[in-house]
Amino acid sequence: MKSTVRVIPRLDIKGPNLVKGIEFEGNRVLGSAEYFAKKYYDEGADELIYQDIVASLYRRNGLLDIIRKTSKDIFIPLTVAGGIRSVDDIREVLRAGADKVAINTEFISNPSLIKDSSKIFGSQCIVCSIEVYAFKGVYQCWTDYGREVTNFNAIDWAKRAVDLGAGELLVTAIHKEGTGQGYDYELIEKISNSVSVPVIACGGAGNEKDPSKVVNQSNADAVSMSSILHYHYMKHIDTHTMKYNESQLRMGIPIDSGNIDFLRDGHGGSRELMVEPCSISSIKRNMEEQGINVRKMTNSEE
Amino acid sequence: MNNLVSIVDYGLGNLFNIQRAFNAIGVDSIITSDPKEIINSSHLILPGVGAFEEGMVNLRKQNLVEAILDFSDSGKSVLGICLGMQLLLSVSYEDGKHSGLNLIKGEVVPLKKTSDIKIPNIGWNELIKNSSSGYDDMLLHGISKDSYMYFLHSYQVKAKNAENISSSTVYGDNKFCSTIHRDNIFGCQYHPELSGKNGLKILKNFINI
Repeated sequence: MKSTVRVIPRLDIKGPNLVKGIEFEGNRVLGSAEYFAKKYYDEGADELIYQDIVASLYRRNGLLDIIRKTSKDIFIPLTVAGGIRSVDDIREVLRAGADKVAINTEFISNPSLIKDSSKIFGSQCIVCSIEVYAFKGVYQCWTDYGREVTNFNAIDWAKRAVDLGAGELLVTAIHKEGTGQGYDYELIEKISNSVSVPVIACGGAGNEKDPSKVVNQSNADAVSMSSILHYHYMKHIDTHTMKYNESQLRMGIPIDSGNIDFLRDGHGGSRELMVEPCSISSIKRNMEEQGINVRKMTNSEE
Repeated sequence: MNNLVSIVDYGLGNLFNIQRAFNAIGVDSIITSDPKEIINSSHLILPGVGAFEEGMVNLRKQNLVEAILDFSDSGKSVLGICLGMQLLLSVSYEDGKHSGLNLIKGEVVPLKKTSDIKIPNIGWNELIKNSSSGYDDMLLHGISKDSYMYFLHSYQVKAKNAENISSSTVYGDNKFCSTIHRDNIFGCQYHPELSGKNGLKILKNFINI
């Protein structure tokens, strides 16, 4: 029997807020990260990914607070990404409550960190995050949250990262990310079929069927998604609650600044919603219909 | 005596998430490598992620083998998690042949690779409860049959005596022992601290045994 395919919501985090953009740009604030993390745990998420979207850029890590707060009442594996640059950084993030770390930028500039860190913490805890932009038919790796291009070819780098000791690969197609056009099926298939470790597909899920597709077509071992879930679980918050939540966002403190127009005005405005929001259970239901094993919540969990 | 859980620290694995899980169910715990603290506690958790040989070497180096054996002789409950469960067995064939704590008869062998699975096994798998284990399934009390738990491993436990198997799990062609039990000694291949509400229930059961 195959293992169950994991459904892993990805939370892009800026300060205390959950944000979401398109192709890593134009991030809008959607609410407090803690609220969404707890919600996803309760709704049957199999793991969570926290991506600190500014850490890499400013060489700092602002996620520790959120990790500490949320890991107190969330008992599924938590992978943390963003700005992790050393063995000491990894230790600090694990100590705060993470179970795994995902690293992109630093692994590319210092591949021996994969070897060192997997030796110290075990491969199971070291995820190599690969952020890819397809350019003229070539899959290039990008770093610093989609700001710097490298000469690394994604498929070659994936194989090398596994040889160096990475226990899992988180593969994000930047050109699909936030667009709702579906995953980059070819990219995920190429990588999944050339490595022995699990591959988490990320970027592009636009409806409840896309995750099933990337499993059956591209052989993904786990599926990650953001917009389709975020916008689904947002819409159950009425205006009053949203106003109430607004105070939790700590707006006005410069470090937490972000675009809250979406929260204030809802859909429409300068950007339409590009995805069909859906719940975790509807994603899993679709996967089951497509013959994919998923973890189901059982009676004893209620 | 109030409950105080010793989470044995021998340098392998993330112990904080186990402690957080005990916090969540309102049970005091300490992370320790001090044999005296261990023997004075009410329950013992042997955690661990990583290689079997390194695990045993570290336990010996820190004089923890004796502490763990003394603790289990006292009749108080021991729970091994993941590598910690494997260390309870007699022998492991991970990178050679290495003897374990021998608290439960059996061996640790690699998961067999087939084309439909990846190794390590990372993810949620079903527990198939063994209703004929001869033991009351104390650790799994109140857990619905076919519940899913979070696994992370490349090696599997083969118990010598079927009566020690509280649950089995199937992965590819492998059917291995996922929950093991002999008297006051318990082990689970999965991570209860990462297995949602069912996992917390297992830790609660362990404290209430």
